[in-house]
Amino acid sequence: MKQEVSKKEVLIGAIVALFLIAVIPGLNAFTPAGSSLHVSDFNINLWGQYLCLAIVAVSIDMLWGYTGLLSLGQMLFFSLGGYALGMHLMLMIGKLGQYKSDLPDFMVFLGYTKLPAHWEPFAHFWFSALAVLWVPGVVAFIFGYLAFRSRIRGVYFSILTQALTYAACLLFFRNELTLGGNNGFTDFKTLLGFDLGAPGTQRGLYIASAVALVLVYALCRWLTLTKFGKVQRAIRDSENRVLFSGYAAANFKLFVFVLAGMIAGLAGALYVPQVGIINPSQMEPAKSLEAIVWVAVGGRASLIGPIIGAIGVNGLKSWASQAFPAYWPIFLGAMFVVVVLFMPRGVVGLPAQIQEAWRRHKRAKEAAAEAAATATQVPKDSQS
Amino acid sequence: MSKQFLLAAEGVTKSFDGFKAINDLNFYLDKGELRTIIGPNGAGKSTFLDLITGRTRPDTGTIEYKGTPLTKLREYEIYRLGIGRKFQTPSVYSDHTVFENILLGLEGSRSVWPSIFSRIKPEQRERIYEVLKTIGLADKAELKAGTLAHGQKQWLEIGMLLAQNAELLLVDEPAAGMTDEETAKTGELLLSLAGKHTIIVIEHDMVFVRQLGSKVTVLHQGHVLCDGSLDQVQADERVIEVYLGRKKKH
Repeated sequence: MKQEVSKKEVLIGAIVALFLIAVIPGLNAFTPAGSSLHVSDFNINLWGQYLCLAIVAVSIDMLWGYTGLLSLGQMLFFSLGGYALGMHLMLMIGKLGQYKSDLPDFMVFLGYTKLPAHWEPFAHFWFSALAVLWVPGVVAFIFGYLAFRSRIRGVYFSILTQALTYAACLLFFRNELTLGGNNGFTDFKTLLGFDLGAPGTQRGLYIASAVALVLVYALCRWLTLTKFGKVQRAIRDSENRVLFSGYAAANFKLFVFVLAGMIAGLAGALYVPQVGIINPSQMEPAKSLEAIVWVAVGGRASLIGPIIGAIGVNGLKSWASQAFPAYWPIFLGAMFVVVVLFMPRGVVGLPAQIQEAWRRHKRAKEAAAEAAATATQVPKDSQS
Repeated sequence: MSKQFLLAAEGVTKSFDGFKAINDLNFYLDKGELRTIIGPNGAGKSTFLDLITGRTRPDTGTIEYKGTPLTKLREYEIYRLGIGRKFQTPSVYSDHTVFENILLGLEGSRSVWPSIFSRIKPEQRERIYEVLKTIGLADKAELKAGTLAHGQKQWLEIGMLLAQNAELLLVDEPAAGMTDEETAKTGELLLSLAGKHTIIVIEHDMVFVRQLGSKVTVLHQGHVLCDGSLDQVQADERVIEVYLGRKKKH
């Protein structure tokens, strides 16, 4: 990816951003349902979800593509963000729940008579909104601090991140955590007073997701252009050299890990009100592995690739899991294998890859022609 | 000790799984000196550099740089004292341009926040080109380091140490894998730096060692066997036995 932002890139970025933020929701709101230009409420909701997953993919790219940290637990931070906003959404249900109680349904079911103290601040939207960022941030900081300080690298780091999300998954399954156990949170009614079932609210959430994706992309793109970004890639390519050049590589890795955790948390918070549920299954290692596939398929270290990968793979999944549900996992696995083996730079790297292959092919042909020409010219010299 | 050495290692021992890579090593280096360390494979040359730069820590003994003990510091802290290291296999950032490689080596802040908000200043740009001229890569500034020839990568890595303004340069086998011409050029480069910097060179190539013409220290089994000029050392019976003698067996 280019190391400078050209006017062309800004222009294309602005057009795509405008399209995502204004045109698509505009087509949903202002065209009649029968029109060929109309974007249905169902699709707006679906695309809102895709954009959230694209945000997670960008955060993974910052870790894996740019810093060489293959985190296999990124959906943990996504889930934490989702849970943080989910707690607020649960409290906003009020007496509209099954049990007509002020307490969330699962608490009534478990015999609680009073809201646990740590739930109380989540009745404020602003508290939840901040928790969406700081809860994943703090968890990422603690884990990252311990891991990077102990110089845990490569595959060991990957395994630990996977273990972390699995452990969290098991923890969240427990009712004692007061976070809804294996059912998690669902049946949300309102957010900031807006009815979550109304198309207008879902359109608003879609727009919020699109804005968040554009801002996150811009932030990450900018970061990779700074000296920080150069150090990031230097760590990926030659961590020893970085250490012996006086950089405390652990601090840089910690910064990226925390930032990526917070970005994923934001994505989770936007995702949950659109999909209407959050439960511990989001923390299962397989979910995070799937996110790795999006990034690999789209193309690492390009920021744009992971967005394309996340939207593309999930679009494919929506279709394939209806058309042939039993084979989807095999299909996903096959896709990953093909990309790893034949498309190391993913979909966005494909044009360059084809160009190179074509050039190599041409050069080989020329060399062969030349060799043939010289062979016929000097047969006498071939005594040895 | 009456004299203040730039670098002093005393009684240093380091074993790996019972194998004594460094055994009661004593080593002293004056400021401004160019010193070449030679020795057969496994003599502990690279391990010695690892110990100086904080990559590994000695079991016993002390290593002091300008009177500061190094043995408890981390790599980047030792670097910040002014000790730069070139690795045996060239380690440059292959995805970065030659210019950016030097930029990352440039002296200045190494912290996270300044790295996000700092911009390249004109005098930094000048300094980078100055270094690139010294190592003969000024015309390659915008190329990716990964596309450089092997020898050029070695020079680039030396350039990174120059950019940091390291007082002590530790150069591990700079001529390995180089053509004769490149080797000679590397020798000239190191000689031009001697005096301004204190330099330790580890080398196998005797032609190269002769070109440097510096005091030579021979390591054997993690211990200093002898030191002196190359001629003195080559005439030493013990050296012939452990070093050159071993070569004859091939």
